Amino acid sequence: MTDYLIRRGLSRRGLLQTTAGLIGGSMLPAMPAFAEDKPAIGTYPAGVSGSTAFIGISVPRTGTYAVQGEDELKGYQLAIEHINSGHDLIKKISPKTSKGVLGKELKFGVADSAAKPNEAVQAQQRFISENKAIMITGGTSSAVAVALNKLAQREKVIFVCGISGSNDTTGKDCVRYGFRQNFFGQTAAAAIGPVMVREFGKGKKAAYLTPDYTYGHTVTKSMQDFLATAGWTTVTNQVAPLGAPDYSSYLLNVANSGADVLINVNWGHDAVLSTQQAKQFGVLDKMKLVVPYQVPFIARETGGLMQGVYAATDYWWTLEDKFPLAKMFNEAFEKKYGYKPEWGAENAYVSFAHWAHMCEQAGSFNPPDVIKAYEKGETLPSLVGDVHYRPEDHQCVRPVIIVKGKQQKDMKNKEDWYDVVEIVPGEGLMQKPDAFGCHLGDYS
Amino acid sequence: MISWPNLVSQLFNGLALGALLALISSGLTIIYGTLGVLNLAHGAMFMIGGYAGFVAYQYTESFIIAVIAGSLFVMLLGVAMERVIIRHFYHRPHEDQLLVTFGLGICFVEIIRLIFSSQSQLVPPPAIFQGITNLGFMFYPTYRLAVVGIVAIALGALFIILYRTRLGMIVRAGIEDSVMVDSLGINVYRVFMVVFGIGAMAAGFAGIVNAPVVSLTPGIGDDILVQTFVVVVIGGVGSFPGAILGGLIAGEIISVTSMFNPGYAYVMLFAVMTLVLVVRPHGLLGVQGRE
Repeated sequence: MTDYLIRRGLSRRGLLQTTAGLIGGSMLPAMPAFAEDKPAIGTYPAGVSGSTAFIGISVPRTGTYAVQGEDELKGYQLAIEHINSGHDLIKKISPKTSKGVLGKELKFGVADSAAKPNEAVQAQQRFISENKAIMITGGTSSAVAVALNKLAQREKVIFVCGISGSNDTTGKDCVRYGFRQNFFGQTAAAAIGPVMVREFGKGKKAAYLTPDYTYGHTVTKSMQDFLATAGWTTVTNQVAPLGAPDYSSYLLNVANSGADVLINVNWGHDAVLSTQQAKQFGVLDKMKLVVPYQVPFIARETGGLMQGVYAATDYWWTLEDKFPLAKMFNEAFEKKYGYKPEWGAENAYVSFAHWAHMCEQAGSFNPPDVIKAYEKGETLPSLVGDVHYRPEDHQCVRPVIIVKGKQQKDMKNKEDWYDVVEIVPGEGLMQKPDAFGCHLGDYS
Repeated sequence: MISWPNLVSQLFNGLALGALLALISSGLTIIYGTLGVLNLAHGAMFMIGGYAGFVAYQYTESFIIAVIAGSLFVMLLGVAMERVIIRHFYHRPHEDQLLVTFGLGICFVEIIRLIFSSQSQLVPPPAIFQGITNLGFMFYPTYRLAVVGIVAIALGALFIILYRTRLGMIVRAGIEDSVMVDSLGINVYRVFMVVFGIGAMAAGFAGIVNAPVVSLTPGIGDDILVQTFVVVVIGGVGSFPGAILGGLIAGEIISVTSMFNPGYAYVMLFAVMTLVLVVRPHGLLGVQGRE
């Protein structure tokens, strides 16, 4: 054939040029959209120039939030597996996802943040520099989330926030490059507050156990503000450092405060320990316990002390009776990991699914394009019904689930810890976008 | 909120907290005083004592057996640690000793995490110590009251070993001048091994005794280690009575400060430690010139 063409008067150089042109032309339809004339920004396009896209994950695997961090990590891993394989559940949330995101297989690296901002930032900085991470995630501590917000904005890499309950994450510390799916202090208070007033009455005295960082302070403040409207007062607010080894002195103050209700804002092992010790000191016999920001696994770890206790949460597995996607998620998660997922895993999974959808919608990994896809405020499926992200502060508007600890005799299986009391719609729970001082910053 | 009932409650609670800190610190200070090794794995040994006791409890449901198992296991671990690793570091710089014990501590924690995961484990108190006791001025967990008594007995036993036995005499002499003890023909390395075992056992004992008060997690020793160092510094490095005094002071500082402002409880602890270091660099009951 070649000899024939050459014989017909086509030069060898011409043949090579023609062949190159044909090969190039045949590749054009397959070339991804990011080959457009987009200026380089952050790790784009370097991070997606090959056949894979890298995600940096930092969760606490040690320290007071280790148990919750591991659950969250499992949610991320399942989401990545589903995205790469084009699982049916992912397709329900991100219909354009076939295998990978925009045809790129997702790879990931995991670092232990120990719920410490500096460790999380160092790890993610490494993922960004060495692995060209196109997206980073992490949380289970709002201090970490806020720090990664700032890193994401500086490095121009999208940060899909893990568990973070502080109002500041999408409030005064919000950034253009950060997005949060889960509920937070303000929405927790607005959702569980009316239930508390209905159950316990007006004009009650409350004692708080508050962890000493942004999560604790903002959740306690939101609870105080909401309950004040029903005439509730704060008789003591016991602020303890993260990872306090003993709560006895704080609980003595609570025991002597004359409170009607103990509102335990602690999280992770701090919540488990302080609840157990509250029982030891007889505090739970004298007053009602409320956990406004539910802690995954607390019911199991406290050995039944959550019976009759109200809590606000992002997700509880029995929602599968109402939401088909929750059932699909529970089945896939339990098959892989052998237990019912808690809300850290749910938040992780849904956050990644939403990010994949936004990339597909943008047709590019180019961060400003992906951000603008989020900012369209499109209604999206989640495991608890339709949700959307607010363009003004990048907070997902989603329901808050109110649960109540079941009595042991009512538990149908060993993981049947809670009754779902109420699914409070997200609309109407949230503050105005600028109420907590959010200024998103620049795209580039 | 300041009130007399609350103040009395906090003072009493400080005593209970301090007793436990004193017990853990005594093991650390004896080891440092005799061997000159600052054992940064001490917190991990405290944790292992809890887990060893937890395992024994799972099999026997006997709290007494759990306490014995937790203490003995950590004592044997301490002896093995001294024989295999620590003794090679006696004549090496302090930095090396810190690094090797710090590394061992990390290994211990991660091994426990591998076996038991990060989820907390519960060891219930013995049936006779369950519930709450009305002290008249306050209600207090019965088991915490028992802990004060248990720790007092344990510290008393340690006191007898250190001050009323030949071994104790050698240990105390070793604390003062190990070179002189060696030159008197006493096998000082054997003493070192025994001392390391006793110090480790004190940590293990405290770990399992403390288990019903807190829930066990692999990182439980990390938190307590910092407080233990503060206690040792306040009381005087290498001083057994200093560890007891330092423990009680630390317990009272944490407890009473939290009554005024809980956020400052640990800040105040470090502030007092700093003050002691300025006024008495060798601690309240430490001896100047000890190496």
